[in-house]
Amino acid sequence: MDKNLFEYLLRLGDDSLILGHRLSEWCGHGPILEEDIALTNIALDLIGQTNSILEYAGKVEGAGRNADSLAFLRFDKDYKNCLLVEQPNGDFGVTILRQFFFDAYRVPLFTMLQNSSDEQLAAIAEKSLKETRYHLKHSSEWVIRLGDGTDESHARIQSALDDLWRYTDELFFSDETDADLKARNIIPDAAAVKTEWQKTVQAVLTEATLSVPTNNWKFEGGRKGLHSEHLGYILAELQFMQRAYPNMEW
Amino acid sequence: MKELDITELERKFQEKIDNEIRIEPNDWMPDAYRKTLIRQISQHAHSEVVGMLPEGNWITRAPNLRRKAVLLAKVQDEAGHGLYLYSAVETLGADREETIDDLHTGKAKYSSIFNYPTLTWADMGAIGWLVDGAAIMNQVPLCRCSYGPYARAMVRVCKEESFHQRQGFEIMTKLAQGTPEQKAMAQDALNRFWWPALMMFGPNDADSPHTAQSMKWKIKRHTNDELRQQFVDITVPQAEMIGLTVPDPDLKWNAETGHYEFGEINWDEFWQVVSGNGPCNKDRVDARRKAKEDGSWVREAANAYAEKRKARKAS
Amino acid sequence: MTKKEWPLWEVFIRSKQGLNHKHVGSLRAADEVMAIENARDVYTRRSEGVSIWVVESKNIFASDPSDADALFEPANSKVYRHPTFYDVPDGIEHM
Repeated sequence: MDKNLFEYLLRLGDDSLILGHRLSEWCGHGPILEEDIALTNIALDLIGQTNSILEYAGKVEGAGRNADSLAFLRFDKDYKNCLLVEQPNGDFGVTILRQFFFDAYRVPLFTMLQNSSDEQLAAIAEKSLKETRYHLKHSSEWVIRLGDGTDESHARIQSALDDLWRYTDELFFSDETDADLKARNIIPDAAAVKTEWQKTVQAVLTEATLSVPTNNWKFEGGRKGLHSEHLGYILAELQFMQRAYPNMEW
Repeated sequence: MKELDITELERKFQEKIDNEIRIEPNDWMPDAYRKTLIRQISQHAHSEVVGMLPEGNWITRAPNLRRKAVLLAKVQDEAGHGLYLYSAVETLGADREETIDDLHTGKAKYSSIFNYPTLTWADMGAIGWLVDGAAIMNQVPLCRCSYGPYARAMVRVCKEESFHQRQGFEIMTKLAQGTPEQKAMAQDALNRFWWPALMMFGPNDADSPHTAQSMKWKIKRHTNDELRQQFVDITVPQAEMIGLTVPDPDLKWNAETGHYEFGEINWDEFWQVVSGNGPCNKDRVDARRKAKEDGSWVREAANAYAEKRKARKAS
Repeated sequence: MTKKEWPLWEVFIRSKQGLNHKHVGSLRAADEVMAIENARDVYTRRSEGVSIWVVESKNIFASDPSDADALFEPANSKVYRHPTFYDVPDGIEHM
């Protein structure tokens, strides 16, 4: 088994899985019906990505696990999503800013992954890129609207920014797994992705009249399976049926 | 307007209806017709939107990725359907916001079925199969409703809903063929949702005073009891096919009439739930009210930004 | 603070290249950018379109139904605008 590729696919797939879960919590509770539908569309795209990425991870592992067994039946420390995506929805400002940080990272990542020496991964990236570009357009526009909207919306999204900023550095986490895959031209250089991310973020935050917090304190751990307290509750819901009624078909 | 004119307008209006000519938003219509439509379409819209909640309750707990995506897509469709219907109400001069406020203050009603809790995964099956099944039966004739915008919205809704009932029946079938625990879960869901599903068609014809007028206006094409009978006739064999038992000891086939006979509906329960005393009435309305209140700063911000943008463009 | 609702927009979708945009319904959005995106999410969830137009509802002017006779009846008497009005001798093709 290509252990590093498997590990990377979990990181990629779990990001989609957990953020899709978070967004699906909004369904029925959005600020207006039109936006309820929009958030659900993004959640559906993310669940679709989860399915193709984790299915492929299962194949790479070669131990008979498929997308469902990986999504629903791992222990907490085996989930490799970044901390950003498991943060609670908060108000709409928190949700949309979390989405924006993530989309701004995923667009350059998928763009570069299209050239991966791993054909399957390149194909997944190509398909996901189209939808992710739309997500980025949607989330950027909202960040600008809220930032440059009313005093209240500006204050709320600035406070979301102050809270979430500390989770953004982990998007560019890089360890020996990444180094190996990078050397084999399977994944791009995290620094190159970060450069693109910074450009997008700076442009949008400027237009939104928002400022980056001066506190440079950063969190990481998700990529190694060390999560925030929130993941446990997500898994309690996500895994409920599979754990309570084991080994059944649904 | 002179009384004579109104009589003449009403005569012409009814003539159009009788000739199956659709009424469009700016056409003259009797006030009572407009009011009936506003009430019915907004109730219908509220039902779609409140209906998102009992199923939305299980999205994060769906047992696998396929079921999760399907359920999410289905609940999302319901938001879309609510929106099509609110748009249809707006063509009658009723503002969406006010219509929604009526839901939040308890003035407006919605389908009583959504005031029952979803307790297990099998309820997703029961809702798709029974509740969407009953809804489709109600909605198909509405595609020929005399009011154009409502009829067109229903065409769209019916087209999109065709997968809703199937996904529900698929969930039930899978459970009914599964382990004893799964089969018990399916039977329990059928037990809880069967009677409320029959109530969805509304009171017996004898207790439904508006039916005659609505049928004359071709807003309604069949009576409550006709539709309910049709639903029972279609659904009972489906239950038998997958080995589940309809929870009605009085249910029996009548070969002479070609219909099933079924037991008396608990109308006390129906009226209790309609008047706000169902198990989840409060939770449902609270959740919708909260969504609206929590979203108000977002909607205001978007307005403010749109105005700023317009001003910048102009200067 | 403004408490007003977002404006209403009418949505027109071209279902495929070569066809006209057709009215499909309406929705609310704060501006035209949002209106297009909302239209995409609300009215093309099943690949119903390749192009979207949105028009703020207040900018649409409609004919008055009570003028319908005056506006449209006269055309009924101009049958000569239709090709079936004319006699073509037997044996003539491609006309």
